[in-house]
Amino acid sequence: MSILKTENLTYTYSQGTPFEKTAVKNVNLEIEEGELVGVMGHTGSGKSTLIQHFNGLLKPTSGRILLEGKDIWENKTEIRNVRFKVGLVFQYPEYQLFEETVFKDIAFGPKNMGLDKDEIERRVRETAENLGLPQECLERSPFELSGGQKRRVAIAGVMAMEPKILILDEPTAGLDPHGRDVILGQIKQYHKKTGNTVLIVSHSMEDIAKYADKILVMNKSELFCYDTTVNVFSRSKEIEAMGLDVPQITRVFNALEQRGLNFGKQVYTVEYAKELIMKKLRERGKVTRC
Amino acid sequence: MLKDITIGQFFPGESLLHRLDPRFKIIITCIFVVMLFIGDSVWGLVIGSVFTFGAIALSKIPNRLFVKSIKPIFPFLIFTAVLNLVFISDGDVLFKWRFIKVTEGGIETSVYMLVRIVLLIAGSSLLTYTTSPIALTDALEQLMSPLKKLKFPVHELSMMMTIALRFIPTLIEETDKIMSAQKARGAEIDSGSLRARVKNLIPILIPLFVSSFRRAEELATAMECRCYNGGDGRTRLRQLKSGGRDFAALAVTCAFMGAIIAVNLML
Repeated sequence: MSILKTENLTYTYSQGTPFEKTAVKNVNLEIEEGELVGVMGHTGSGKSTLIQHFNGLLKPTSGRILLEGKDIWENKTEIRNVRFKVGLVFQYPEYQLFEETVFKDIAFGPKNMGLDKDEIERRVRETAENLGLPQECLERSPFELSGGQKRRVAIAGVMAMEPKILILDEPTAGLDPHGRDVILGQIKQYHKKTGNTVLIVSHSMEDIAKYADKILVMNKSELFCYDTTVNVFSRSKEIEAMGLDVPQITRVFNALEQRGLNFGKQVYTVEYAKELIMKKLRERGKVTRC
Repeated sequence: MLKDITIGQFFPGESLLHRLDPRFKIIITCIFVVMLFIGDSVWGLVIGSVFTFGAIALSKIPNRLFVKSIKPIFPFLIFTAVLNLVFISDGDVLFKWRFIKVTEGGIETSVYMLVRIVLLIAGSSLLTYTTSPIALTDALEQLMSPLKKLKFPVHELSMMMTIALRFIPTLIEETDKIMSAQKARGAEIDSGSLRARVKNLIPILIPLFVSSFRRAEELATAMECRCYNGGDGRTRLRQLKSGGRDFAALAVTCAFMGAIIAVNLML
């Protein structure tokens, strides 16, 4: 059974005013437990609206969302529990920090869940450590931290709720390349350690190609495709036509193919590209060892 | 929830009312308000209603928006009606219970008051519905410009108003976003006792204040980068122009005003 399923999900903003706009149109998809999914799409393609349905922040205009086989809107009073199961980290989450200390801020979610003191303490310390926040920083004000640290505190605030599905909307936006790699590495680590489902919305194809098992592509409010990374990038021409980037290395290999050098494989990471090239060179006897 | 706030909102359109010069629209609205309050007979209010509904029809703005703009003042309407009903003791007594006396005059006044307030809100909402905030403050600045002679900071005031109006939607959006983010962390916003509700506002208000200060600072820097130094010698991208239709609209309004004064004198 899939952990999250949508049936004909449609959402229209400001229905009945001159500003009416359908942001998500008839989306059907099934996400399996334990997957790491990359969500991509142009600005305004409806990806942010889509993910806000997964934890019940938005109620679909029509259609259903099933979490572990149960319609999340079946019982309205239960919607808060859905939010503990599906954790959502918004874009620029550091702007939602408000507590006096980092510890209290991370503890906000777990406290709302009604956990006891020891459990909250354990979760806060553990997630802080997983995200590389030193223990002494837990007693500081979140407003004194650097941008990258604030971002990690905000992500920790959601991770500490230990949701079955963790959704991150552009977790690396506005960070420097190093900060980006660190945060993505920590998210990947979290995914490996807990085995929970993780969805990452990102504009960076390189990042998605490197980390995601599956990719969900939104185009003009509709679901363009939801498939494994290999299959999605095998449609790189369609994706580029949509105005989205494909990884640089995929473009290099597409160009090589046009010039007659065909590897017969879909390439989207540099490591894999290196492997293929070395193999090809060895076949020609140019290189004996690597 | 926050999307339901319609006061001060602008609904783009191409109607006659949208195209009128904002300066004339402000003057017409002022005359309209006076008109409603000097018309203290049935006929006066009928004329006022004809004017309001005529203008609403011309604006081509959906009627439900007007209903929506009146909804929030509903408690206030009832309060006014009850006060008038109880405290005005002109004419025949129709109903008496202990110290409460309902008189003919009381009923008359409270009905008049209700109609007046509803027309007032509907009519003045029309001004903001059909005029963009920028046009509105531009017009206000020009209308108030004679006050400059008295050293009144007209430009600064209108710049402040422009910025404030400009940031209303931004702040609403920001509040919405922060509320969603805190809800995602299990915050309960619209439930619980009054005490709990006030406490629940903290996770929303603190980030909102922090980001408002950040925005203010960024805006100030951006303005200084573009050498903003007050209103002296600034020219406008959009010049306000008045034409025949603006004077015609003003004339029609004055005619209505005249009709009300005439009705008052005759009765």
